[in-house]
Amino acid sequence: MNKTAIIIKREYLTRVRKKSFIIMTILAPLLLAGFVILIPVIMLTGGKDHKQIAVIEEGTRIFRGIIPDTRDEKFVYLDNVSINDLITTFEQAGYFGILYISPQALNNPILYSKKQPDIGLLEHISGSLKKEIERQKLLTYNIQNLDSILTQIRTNVSVSTRLVDETGKTTETSTGISMALAYIGGLLMYMLVFVFGSQVMRGVIEEKTSRVVEVIVSSVKPAELMMGKIIGIALVGLTQFLIWIFLTTAAVSIVKSSILNKTGIRETAQSVTQDVMSAEKTASVPFPEQASVTPEITELAKIFDSAMNQNWLLIIFSFIFYFITGYLLYAAIFAAIGSAVDNETETQQFMLPVTIPILLALFVAMGTMQNPESSLAFWFSVIPLTSPIVMMARIPFGVPAWQLIVSMTLMLITFSAFVWMAAKVYRTGILMYGKKSSWKELWKWLRYTG
Amino acid sequence: MALFEAVNITKQFGNITALNKVSISVPGKCIYGLLGPNGAGKTTLLRIINQITGPDSGELYLNGKKLSPEDVRKIGYLPEERGLYKKMKVGEQALYFAQLKGLSKHEAMRRLKYWFRKLEITDWWGRKVEELSKGMQQKVQFITTVLHEPELIIFDEPFTGFDPVNVNIIKNEILFLREKGATIIFSTHNMGSVEELCDNISLIDKAETILEGSVSEIRHKWAANEYDLTFSGDVKIEENGRFKIIDRQYENGRTSIRLRSADGISNNEILHSILDRGNIISFNPALPSMNEIFIRVVESRSQE
Repeated sequence: MNKTAIIIKREYLTRVRKKSFIIMTILAPLLLAGFVILIPVIMLTGGKDHKQIAVIEEGTRIFRGIIPDTRDEKFVYLDNVSINDLITTFEQAGYFGILYISPQALNNPILYSKKQPDIGLLEHISGSLKKEIERQKLLTYNIQNLDSILTQIRTNVSVSTRLVDETGKTTETSTGISMALAYIGGLLMYMLVFVFGSQVMRGVIEEKTSRVVEVIVSSVKPAELMMGKIIGIALVGLTQFLIWIFLTTAAVSIVKSSILNKTGIRETAQSVTQDVMSAEKTASVPFPEQASVTPEITELAKIFDSAMNQNWLLIIFSFIFYFITGYLLYAAIFAAIGSAVDNETETQQFMLPVTIPILLALFVAMGTMQNPESSLAFWFSVIPLTSPIVMMARIPFGVPAWQLIVSMTLMLITFSAFVWMAAKVYRTGILMYGKKSSWKELWKWLRYTG
Repeated sequence: MALFEAVNITKQFGNITALNKVSISVPGKCIYGLLGPNGAGKTTLLRIINQITGPDSGELYLNGKKLSPEDVRKIGYLPEERGLYKKMKVGEQALYFAQLKGLSKHEAMRRLKYWFRKLEITDWWGRKVEELSKGMQQKVQFITTVLHEPELIIFDEPFTGFDPVNVNIIKNEILFLREKGATIIFSTHNMGSVEELCDNISLIDKAETILEGSVSEIRHKWAANEYDLTFSGDVKIEENGRFKIIDRQYENGRTSIRLRSADGISNNEILHSILDRGNIISFNPALPSMNEIFIRVVESRSQE
């Protein structure tokens, strides 16, 4: 057997057989699924500690019972209480705040509280009051059957998107799904490159500190050892990634079928696709159960369908491409750093310059989701040190082929150059003990011969 | 013919010269000692022989042919800084190193069983390395060094870390390996083991070879004009123009005297002048220990 293959085998097997690997591989997707289900459940069941808000209307009773309670807030309507009395004692009385509506300024109520109320509460109050004021105003026109007319005209609008390719074929897409994919792709790439890259570094340091390395390099070339380690760990990463994909796909299809079959978990399913604020609102808006079930589910089914319409082949292919090249690029740097130090604490000074481009890439990737076509996103998705993360965030929104080709080509060239340089540093570094290494020292090692 | 030769090896690290035109010639089936103070360049030379690093200039020959990367199979190396993967099991690890040296899995298993039995560590096959004592780890390491039956075995400080019992075991194994036809190079500070084991030595100091040859030749050469003289009984002699007394001891009814003859004085002349002093039991040229030679050579060089 080829020697590099023997090394790859060892690096792979020792890691895959570790308990921590097995647990992480199985648990991570389950945890993720757990969060997706748990978060809305927590949001819907809510805490018991409602904030009580006293509502005082001076002289009128127009808004009595108009503001619906939310998950967090209860509204208590008080009569015969003067604002001046309560304003000093409302906290002792157990109220979070007082909503004071003066008849002179119905559209400008005041919320008194000790703490700054959150924006959701304010929107909830103003929305409810606005609706009621509008209703009252409409009532003055004496329209017959006003209530049924209002119910009839209530409409929900949602814009769906279609991507058009050169042949005019359209594909149904969802911006939400694209964003989720961009987010997951970018973040996963960041994690994998960083986690497995630093595993390479730790492996190199382990070999160096345990002094195994000299025994090995008397049998194989240092570059073979380094590449064997890097590839072995990459395979570990890919194994984990593929298992994750498999488990996630399985989990998604199970969730999908169970949602379509059972109406009972409507709320849960719905809030998966919506953010915190809107989930709060939907939960609090009273509308008939029966009527709402069907559209909600078709909505969800549509989301699944548009998720299926994403170019999965391209996403997975580029993910694997960028993972391999990006990982090789950083793993080589990490290996060189590992070879240059005597223990892990010494890596600090070298880590910072390596971490900066990765973190920068992550920030740009997050920004990319707002504006995938910006020139910032373009440049960072082409520059090799940041492209794996940023490009993964861009791909779900569609990237011109030439940009992808430029980015991938640059990536290939850069990673080869980095691996070559790292191998030279590594070769000298692994046999060098007790020497405080610096970037200058590394540069010197780079130029040593033989 | 020499089994292994290094000719005019030079190696620099930046501005530091680690080896300056060092040559060694190792005859087949011999134990060759590489001596020298710390930092002399021994380890660098050994690394070059193992092709871990390349020389800046100079040539290496194994069996008269230029050393090639394929030759790692014919060389076994126990580095001074030795170690094993702590979390890996002993047997698995030994197998891994054997395969890296090019042995098939099957063949490696067969030989490992033999060696594990020989060094009495069979019970430790399935244990993790971190559970082993240091001496035990050294044994494992020794096995991985010689398992592929190399023609040339290189030990860098093989006895450090061993207790006296294990030192003896390893010494015997080294002698056994030579008997079986292997050629051994080892570097050491332990001069006692040099006299005991080595046929030939090379002394390296400050990147240069300053002494090379067979151990007995070197000792005779450095013994030029010192003699050990033994009388029975308590005998006193005086220095005269022919010799100087370096040391005198009376013990167990015998007097041992070491003297240094003056230039141009023959042994017979010295004997003549002391014949009437008592009953001479022995008169031998005093061979300096390798340790003395080592210190004298290195010190005289540092005075220059």
